[in-house]
Amino acid sequence: MKFDTVIIGGGLAGLTCGIKLAESGQKCAIVSSGQSALHFFSGSFDLLSYDRKGAEVAYPLEEINNLSDHHPYRRIGVNRIKELLSQVAPLLENAGLHFQGDADMNHYVINPMGKLKPTWLTIDDFSIFDPMIGIPWTKIALLNISGFLDFHTRFVASGLASSGITVQVKYFAMDSFEKIRHNPSEMRSTNIAKIFDQETVIDEFIQRVNELSEGFESVLLPAVFGLFNSTVVGKIKRGVNKPICLVPVIPPSVPGIRSQITLFKRFQALGGKYFLGDSVESGTFQEDKLLAVNTVNQGDISLVADSFVMATGGFSSLGLVASPEKIYDPVFDLDVISHDKRVDWVDKNIFNKQPFMYYGVKTDAAFHAIKAGRAIKNLYVVGSILSGANSLKEGSGAGISLLSALHVSDCIMKADSKE
Amino acid sequence: MKNKKPYELFNISDNNFEQCVKCTVCTVYCPILAVDPDFPGPKQSGPDGERLRLTDPKYYDEALKLCLNCKRCEVACPHGVKIGDIIQAARIKYSKHKPTLRDTILANTDFVGTVSSAFAPIVNTAVALKPVRLAMDLTLKIDHHRIFPKYSGMKFETWYKKEAAATQDLYPHHVSYFHGCYVNYNFPQLGMDLVKIMNAIGYGVHLLEKEKCCGVALISNGLIKQATRQAKHNIAAFEQSVVDKGMPIIGTSSTCTFTIRDEYPHLLGLKNDTVRDSIELATRFIYRLLNDEKIVLKFKPDVKLKLAYHTPCHMEKLGWSIYSTELLDAIPGVDMFILDSQCCGIAGTYGFKKENYKSSQLIGKSLFDQINESDIDFVATDCETCKWQIEMSTKAKVKNPISILADALDVEATMKANGVVLKKES
Repeated sequence: MKFDTVIIGGGLAGLTCGIKLAESGQKCAIVSSGQSALHFFSGSFDLLSYDRKGAEVAYPLEEINNLSDHHPYRRIGVNRIKELLSQVAPLLENAGLHFQGDADMNHYVINPMGKLKPTWLTIDDFSIFDPMIGIPWTKIALLNISGFLDFHTRFVASGLASSGITVQVKYFAMDSFEKIRHNPSEMRSTNIAKIFDQETVIDEFIQRVNELSEGFESVLLPAVFGLFNSTVVGKIKRGVNKPICLVPVIPPSVPGIRSQITLFKRFQALGGKYFLGDSVESGTFQEDKLLAVNTVNQGDISLVADSFVMATGGFSSLGLVASPEKIYDPVFDLDVISHDKRVDWVDKNIFNKQPFMYYGVKTDAAFHAIKAGRAIKNLYVVGSILSGANSLKEGSGAGISLLSALHVSDCIMKADSKE
Repeated sequence: MKNKKPYELFNISDNNFEQCVKCTVCTVYCPILAVDPDFPGPKQSGPDGERLRLTDPKYYDEALKLCLNCKRCEVACPHGVKIGDIIQAARIKYSKHKPTLRDTILANTDFVGTVSSAFAPIVNTAVALKPVRLAMDLTLKIDHHRIFPKYSGMKFETWYKKEAAATQDLYPHHVSYFHGCYVNYNFPQLGMDLVKIMNAIGYGVHLLEKEKCCGVALISNGLIKQATRQAKHNIAAFEQSVVDKGMPIIGTSSTCTFTIRDEYPHLLGLKNDTVRDSIELATRFIYRLLNDEKIVLKFKPDVKLKLAYHTPCHMEKLGWSIYSTELLDAIPGVDMFILDSQCCGIAGTYGFKKENYKSSQLIGKSLFDQINESDIDFVATDCETCKWQIEMSTKAKVKNPISILADALDVEATMKANGVVLKKES
């Protein structure tokens, strides 16, 4: 099966790459071993939220200059990043996802601990706060649906209380949710969202929220609205008579899954082929080129392409795997940057920066993968599998995925036009 | 295990249950969990429950029988855990639930098919009558809303022996066809369509040695011994075709194909590795020949069709819908889009059972809505039970991609373009 580009990995980086290339007319395929980390999406994309000392970053573009030379942002280049940033919002908008915020200055969102955290882009489900002002309310009603255990109201309340805000927590039950409450371990965000998707409960829900938030300036709710039906959040926001602020809950993430589905549909609408639940097993390399890959499901029918992209993610997505002896890429066994000795992989203080977080697949300056010391000229690496960043400590994971994917897409299109 | 170093990681399972990181992604895509809270969900029923069951079988929960075996949890799992297999294997190992007479009748497609085909006009008329359907509802708990697929007066095998068998050896290339119960007893036309296409590209189509039902309904209804017997017979027939005669096997039903490739080893513990890679859907077989430029297809000039493709659950698991959709797209005059991939709710015999009727229709509702809102001539899909469900629940007619392809094919031109010359009969 012949494609212009085959992308391995269907998360944020892979989909961004696929959409960008398909928008330019390329025939693309994405091979994804199951669903991606977008299912754990908080609702915000970080560009750079914390500096090397752990302090909050207000102006991420300025702070990028202080990152190490090995960091993916520095390898892309600050000027290049500024160019690429202008492509992010249109790509998401054209797919049907609306985000607030910009890269010049971080804004704040409320995290599940009731604290404000700096971030770059936030999906319009959630409320964003001006860093100069913070949360503008002094008296908030925090509502939860009885039996929903994945929303830790007391954490949220105590976090907000420490900023001097009065929070009252209220639980309420509705007949429509009693059916799923019957099975407490399955009363998850997505199962609640599926009931809201049918829209029949929305009016009653709005009425209850209005009653319970009487006398409060705003109302905080768990982010459990609009899984397959993207109109639910808007309907609830319009119906409630005061500002609503949604708070992320324990995964699965409802806005995250909606984002994944929206991006997937955009890719599909552009003619992209998405192989879900399939894994690349092997590649046919010839000198410094990758000619084709074979997958578990497609068997002897190879996916042939001019260019390939590795977007397989970090450790949690199995883009990188740690065996007792080594850290490796399970797809092609590409060269990996890591410490040789296992004892050097971790810092025993779990709160410190962990060395393994910086590991990743080695690339040359043009983001080509390196295999047995040799750059593969049509195999590019994007997203969390790149080395040199600690996305957890920095708050940079989504930024690296989006910007490296856009950067590499441009490189592929340029290489394409040269040929 | 003995030679492993103490810190070395190893799985004790074949289904990767140790790899579950409790991420809950599978629960999002479980069709049954969304409509029936009595089902504990794939995570709880699968890897979580397996941990408990391994310590003590008393933790087995009969609610696992509600699993549709759609495998959408497995397709969604980012860590390769075979959640559906874990649940089905647990049912086989621990369930004390005995199949009812109704379950046995629904599962025995071969037996019921043989009898019903013999008396097709009577059976078809009878099961279509409201009083009969109500009686079956009351006595057998087969839901009265269900319309049984019509039985054909002539079995596919009978037609084949009469009309096709004699000429098949004359073609230059050869395949075996796993027709399945639906083609044999209900809809021989699909089998005829396949023979028409394969002959046009130079392939003789042959029957397997006394093909038996793949057994998917036997497995889901707990008739494991019978399923194993039939599977063993089929694997021997596959080996005769693939190993002895060098003839690959093609099918036109996604579920039959999936069952004989993957459920035989995973659920029945029967080895089929000598033949597994030589069994596939006909659309994939034809696609490969086209892709390798070994054949060309010539179509009638006047085809004009608006299609929507529905991805059956086992097609999603196989990952092969691309072959059916690419073939349909190759027909000039076809305008096609792909429906959102979701379970239609029938899940083989599940939807026929009275106690499941409501859930079955709820699961499929968003699919039915999407189909009813579409301006199309047909829904195309590779699964016969999806076809029954969609035809009962929407205004649309459903066709197998092979039938659509056969209708659009210019047989004479295709034979000519491929230089198909039949050997002289000796």
